[in-house]
Amino acid sequence: MTEPAQTLRDSLYRTIRLIRRFEERSIDLVKAGEIGSGIHPCIGQEAVATGVCAALDPDDIILSSHRGHGHLLAKGSDPGRVLAEMAGRVTGIDKARGGSFHPSDLSAGVYNATGTVGHGAAIAAGIAWASAKAGDGKVIVSFFGDGAVSQGALLEGFNLAALWQLPVVYVCENNGYATTLPVETAVAGTITGRGEAFGIPSRSVDGQDPEVVLAAAAEAVARARSGGGPSLIECRTYRYHGHHTFELKARLKYRDETEIAAWRERDPMDIQAARVDAGTRERIDAEIEELLDDVVRFAVDSPRPDAVDAQDYQYATGLRTRAGVADA
Amino acid sequence: MAAPAIDHAMSTASQTQTITIAKGINQGLRAAMEADPKVIVMGEDVGKLGGVFRVTDGLQKDFGEQRVLDTPLAESGIIGTAVGLAIRGYRPVCEIQFDGFIFPGFDQIVSQVAKLHYRTQGRIKMPIVIRVPFGGGIGAVEHHSESPESLFAHTAGLKVVSCSNPVDAYWMIQQAIQCDDPVLFFEPKGRYHEKAQLDPTQTPYPLFRSRVVRTGSKATLVAYGPKVRTCLDAAAAAEEDGLDLEVIDLRTLSPLDLAPVFDSVRRTGRLVVVSEAASESSIASEVAARVQQECFYSLEAPVLRVTGFDSPYPPSKLEEEFLPDLDRVLHAVDRSLAW
Repeated sequence: MTEPAQTLRDSLYRTIRLIRRFEERSIDLVKAGEIGSGIHPCIGQEAVATGVCAALDPDDIILSSHRGHGHLLAKGSDPGRVLAEMAGRVTGIDKARGGSFHPSDLSAGVYNATGTVGHGAAIAAGIAWASAKAGDGKVIVSFFGDGAVSQGALLEGFNLAALWQLPVVYVCENNGYATTLPVETAVAGTITGRGEAFGIPSRSVDGQDPEVVLAAAAEAVARARSGGGPSLIECRTYRYHGHHTFELKARLKYRDETEIAAWRERDPMDIQAARVDAGTRERIDAEIEELLDDVVRFAVDSPRPDAVDAQDYQYATGLRTRAGVADA
Repeated sequence: MAAPAIDHAMSTASQTQTITIAKGINQGLRAAMEADPKVIVMGEDVGKLGGVFRVTDGLQKDFGEQRVLDTPLAESGIIGTAVGLAIRGYRPVCEIQFDGFIFPGFDQIVSQVAKLHYRTQGRIKMPIVIRVPFGGGIGAVEHHSESPESLFAHTAGLKVVSCSNPVDAYWMIQQAIQCDDPVLFFEPKGRYHEKAQLDPTQTPYPLFRSRVVRTGSKATLVAYGPKVRTCLDAAAAAEEDGLDLEVIDLRTLSPLDLAPVFDSVRRTGRLVVVSEAASESSIASEVAARVQQECFYSLEAPVLRVTGFDSPYPPSKLEEEFLPDLDRVLHAVDRSLAW
């Protein structure tokens, strides 16, 4: 692996740091009651979104998952509008209809996020079919977790993408747990084996190192863009926090502190920080703190949705199935 | 009153032809594909075979494999792919081979197809048509004879229609494809081969409108899909006994268009709703609830429902018992009149 240019190294650090601090500020807002749904924090997994999105062009498309804030930020979404979305405010990227769990941001190329696990794989195939037909060179990345590999829907998507040799990169963020179920008690065989069964080039990589992820993603993206069909990348990673912030209250005991501590030894932010000089790091950190102060203020100060708008956009053609009131 | 129920044989122009429901949908698909290159037909066996019911017969030959996609046996994958295609501006028409096979795709329909337009504030449209041959009468058992339409009508964000005759089949499939919203298109497979005269130069009836298909004064029958013909036959039989029944074809199940039903019940005072689906929490239940709310002082008898039983679809030799037929409909009318 050739060393990336220093500007790229700095940029990878910046993205990881932004995601990390964004998530930490978001958890504060969950505790303060500003994000009613709670969130699925991706702290510990930032290198995956960062490395994969660094391999993409702005016009490329990603499909995210319920643990998707990192994907949005790494793909270039406006952090203020992402946080407003999570906080249920009308200034959110989907006017609060996607919330934390499944927002879209078409302008940044985030076309959907599925809360129903594994169902983005076939949607990615459809988007990619259109790309291949148009010859526009766009690559589609579908992010999902290790829980999704037990879903049949995911394999239907793999099959279609391989059958039709579509420009998709499937990225599995294996953080070790599907909610609380350890991956070794849920997944028979291997994750990459699922891709290989369909003839999809599949690799398992260190998901804590953004440069390793970037190199694997770049190879897969190049294959997709040149008409070589789909790839699967398993990124071995870990979430320091719970599946969801409800675990802040419900102290679940499905993993022990030594395991978490061992993973923190290989923290993606530390790994990348070591590649950036101290002065640059301090500047980036300070910029991010300043940015996030504005982001939090923007989100919290934004108005909440009005109930009278709740049925807007239910149908493109304007017809409604219901009379528009609850007691109709 | 000698009342053929649906007067389609209006034109003597050379354009007029005799078609079946299956052929009507086929020709409608063909017209839609000719009109818009973004229309793509996809599903299991729809291409080379032309569909197990031959509804897509000849389309792949004429439009090519990039417009008529033979997909693997994977309903979730088919609908999921259609979502991706719709995001990129296509108008996919997915065929689900049999009613009971739609459930692997149910999650994609309910969680994505129904919600993406709403979730994205209209930035993503879902002009997807999902064709579902439904209902019984073909001598098959469960998975092949079911009526799952209420499950979809219950879901905000979807539109649900059902054609009952060849002329509607021809027009409604085209209108559904033109619609920017997702449409579940329920086809009465037991009546695929019923014939009528089609004049394609006529102006089509609007898609999301119910329609009085026979006028009468003693009681109102409401049905959709395969049971419209049953109700028309029942009305014809009742006429021989001097009983004059009105029949309304709902055509659209979501949104329901009940104004013509309310008007009718205000005149007749009696309503029997007929469908093959089980009565619990069904389209028939919704019609009954709305009619009692809107026409309370006009009703001379409770609204009655004649439906399939609240059971899984029965063995094929019992489907004559299970499916509402002319006798069960007229018995309900008698009960209403005797109230």
